[in-house]
Amino acid sequence: MLKYILRRLVMLIPVLLGVSILTFSLIHLIPGDPARSMLGEKSTESQLEQLREELGLNDPYVVQYGRFVGKILQGDLGESVKSQEEISIEIASRLPATVELTVFAMILAMVVGILAGVIAAVKQYSWFDNLSMSGALFGVSLPIFWLGLMMIWLFSVKLNILPASGRISNDIELHTITNFYLLDSLLTGNWAAFKDVFSHLLMPGIALGTIPMAIIARMTRSSMLEVMKQDYIRTASAKGLARHLIVFQHALKNAFLPVLTVIGLQFGLLLGGAVLTETIFSWPGIGRYVYLAVMGRDYPVVQSSILIIAVIFVLVNLITDVLYKYFDPRISYD
Amino acid sequence: MNKKVLWTLFGMLLFVVLIASGCSSDEAGSEDTGDDTAEASDDTESGEDGEKTLVFGRGADSVQLDPSQITDGESIYVTNQLYDTLVRYKEDSTEVRPSLATEWETSEDGLVWTFQLRDDVKFHDGSDFTAEDVVFNFERWATSADFIYYGYMFGATEDNLKGIIEKVEATGDYEVKFTLSEPNAPFLYTLAMPPFGIASPDAVEEYGDDYFKNPVGTGPFVFEEWVKDDSITVVKNDDYFDEPAKVDKVIFRTIPDNGARFMELQSGSIDVMNGLNPQDIEQAESDENLQIIRRPSMNVSYMAMNTDQEGPMGNKEVRQAINLAIDKEKLLTLFEGVGKAAKNPMPPSLWGYNDEIEDYGYDIEEAKKLLAEAGYADGFKVTLYSMANPRPYLPQPKVTAQAIQEMLAEVNIEVEIVENDWDTHLAATENGEHDMAFLGWTGDNGDPDNFLYVLLDKDNAKMGSAGNVAFYKSDEVHDLLKAAQTEMDQEKRSELYMEAQEIIHEDAPWFPIAHTTPPLAASKDVVDYLPHPTGSEPFNFLDISR
Repeated sequence: MLKYILRRLVMLIPVLLGVSILTFSLIHLIPGDPARSMLGEKSTESQLEQLREELGLNDPYVVQYGRFVGKILQGDLGESVKSQEEISIEIASRLPATVELTVFAMILAMVVGILAGVIAAVKQYSWFDNLSMSGALFGVSLPIFWLGLMMIWLFSVKLNILPASGRISNDIELHTITNFYLLDSLLTGNWAAFKDVFSHLLMPGIALGTIPMAIIARMTRSSMLEVMKQDYIRTASAKGLARHLIVFQHALKNAFLPVLTVIGLQFGLLLGGAVLTETIFSWPGIGRYVYLAVMGRDYPVVQSSILIIAVIFVLVNLITDVLYKYFDPRISYD
Repeated sequence: MNKKVLWTLFGMLLFVVLIASGCSSDEAGSEDTGDDTAEASDDTESGEDGEKTLVFGRGADSVQLDPSQITDGESIYVTNQLYDTLVRYKEDSTEVRPSLATEWETSEDGLVWTFQLRDDVKFHDGSDFTAEDVVFNFERWATSADFIYYGYMFGATEDNLKGIIEKVEATGDYEVKFTLSEPNAPFLYTLAMPPFGIASPDAVEEYGDDYFKNPVGTGPFVFEEWVKDDSITVVKNDDYFDEPAKVDKVIFRTIPDNGARFMELQSGSIDVMNGLNPQDIEQAESDENLQIIRRPSMNVSYMAMNTDQEGPMGNKEVRQAINLAIDKEKLLTLFEGVGKAAKNPMPPSLWGYNDEIEDYGYDIEEAKKLLAEAGYADGFKVTLYSMANPRPYLPQPKVTAQAIQEMLAEVNIEVEIVENDWDTHLAATENGEHDMAFLGWTGDNGDPDNFLYVLLDKDNAKMGSAGNVAFYKSDEVHDLLKAAQTEMDQEKRSELYMEAQEIIHEDAPWFPIAHTTPPLAASKDVVDYLPHPTGSEPFNFLDISR
């Protein structure tokens, strides 16, 4: 097992190399001039030229790429062209925001999605099955933008029960340790902050979690239906085992493998794909950070952050693969 | 083992469900009785001890809080609260009034400017403001090309980082003398620009490269906190020498989506916002709790015609005909209520604007007649270069280009639209690759020179770095604009600019399109918000009536 994990970690190297080359070429293919983006139209030609020289934009692409990789190998993510801040510092404050939101959304999606899927399968063609599965179809086709704005309109403008955006209210004091606000408020035992942070998480969490929730529900249902037809389930029933034991222990465990795959993939997607949610709910996360960097042609930020996101994506996939073994002991990695 | 993991996993899920449901019902419960979140936002606005907080919602965070190093409006919004300039713009115009300097005089030849400074000003860090500090700031700005506006406004180059400011000396504790290498009448107006806010030398030295995160000025508000991509908080400066602030705290919140920001305003969690969607203007106007604040325009959008060519564009009659053949009123419907028709190259909010000039108007027959006279009755082909992205002064470039294409087809002019992203568009037009091109300009110092000289003088019609993309080279206009640069009397300058506008109107190097007034929306509780043409304003005059 350990060997397998190690092998997978070594595999990271070519993946990251590929990602870095791809990102580097793509960002340089987009028309635009970082110097001009940064200095704006009120800049003189000599100022532009000086900045291009400073940023090394006049060097051949190979040299620029080599410099980028060289720095990364020394653990230096570089400096943002726009804000002149260390990228590692900027990511350190934004990544936890996105991870917190993503984990929250995924937990929401898993709990609701799996439960709905299981019940829908067990009570196939019942009203619950029909309702939840058409709901899932609806959920998977909902544009996040629309859903987000509608929720803000309903819960913040009309009902005024949830904050419209941001991570925490301005008047709430929170001593941050990990930058995961929910965790920090728990660690410091700050219940007012916990409640505030939680209420801020709800709407973006639901908006972000809706699509994976729908996918998980449908996947769980179809997978459960298949397993429930198996002979060993009939045998278990015949033995007189309690219904909940059959469903949750015998059936779900076997039906869980494809669901796990979906969860792993969706989790990775959410990390990078939270741009829309982060925009609507003013969530200061990594998705928007990269988006703005692309728009502003902030090359170092785009390259370094995408690399970090790629690492996380690969690690999540690795964790998923390792978890397979627990659900299906027949899988062997050696 | 496997069973255990499975159960632990489900246990965790169950636990989370319980917490989630428990919390949300708890939430709902307290809402019913106490309206928790609403209460929280009320707190931020008028707290228990009567503290007044203004929350300003905007689309993007500031880039840096050192105004000398940035050009983005969102940074300047904040630095306007923190810094003062030697002279400042009046609240409702781009004329200047005393600020850190109480009075000033110019030498006969316009080369030496002497300013008397206030002796009762302290920086936010407690240090006294003196003439030496002014010298420090100007010398700092002349050390590197990073100080974008200094280089841009004072003509600094790589070889001459000082530009036209030869020398800045402290001639007394509270007297400072500038020596210029050439007379420059707009100098005074330029000094009022936010990028030339005076920073505390102690703080600049203490923080070094991190100064932009720890700004220290003399302004009506003191910097308190910056949470990147989220909010910037400033608090009232109790020792402010000018009009003291009426609110105790201002929070600038970043809310990227225009629609979401408007809903925050409706729900009362923010008090003022910029970047309103045009379709939300009507809704805000009909909402009894909200008001629309229209900022006087300081920009212009135009279609420049490349006059420096053989062929139709070099012909004055043709350019006039194009002005006559485009229905400007119809184009303005594309601005969704934020645009006013432009007839001059500068906006009416500036002094020196010539309101006597009558626009060409829409007259197809007259246009056809002029084209026939010029020998182009059968028409011709031209390119129209357009930017792909909306600009503040031109919200829908693509549709506007198509509308002009259709209108000019009426007089047999066949328009080919060439669309580029912004950077490419700028480079192409500066190189004069176009026959006609869309462009626009947002003013810097509120001086007519900043529009007419920058955009239409022959000095700026240099291939490759042109600000004058019509490549309009009128000697008459050049003489007038040059004379206005060396004339120190504002009234006389105003006359020179009026005359220049008449010649430009007659020569028609442009089809002027519009001046836009980007609206702000605010709660009705916000009073005395004085929107300034330059794009942002200090918040020491406004108040919250609660």
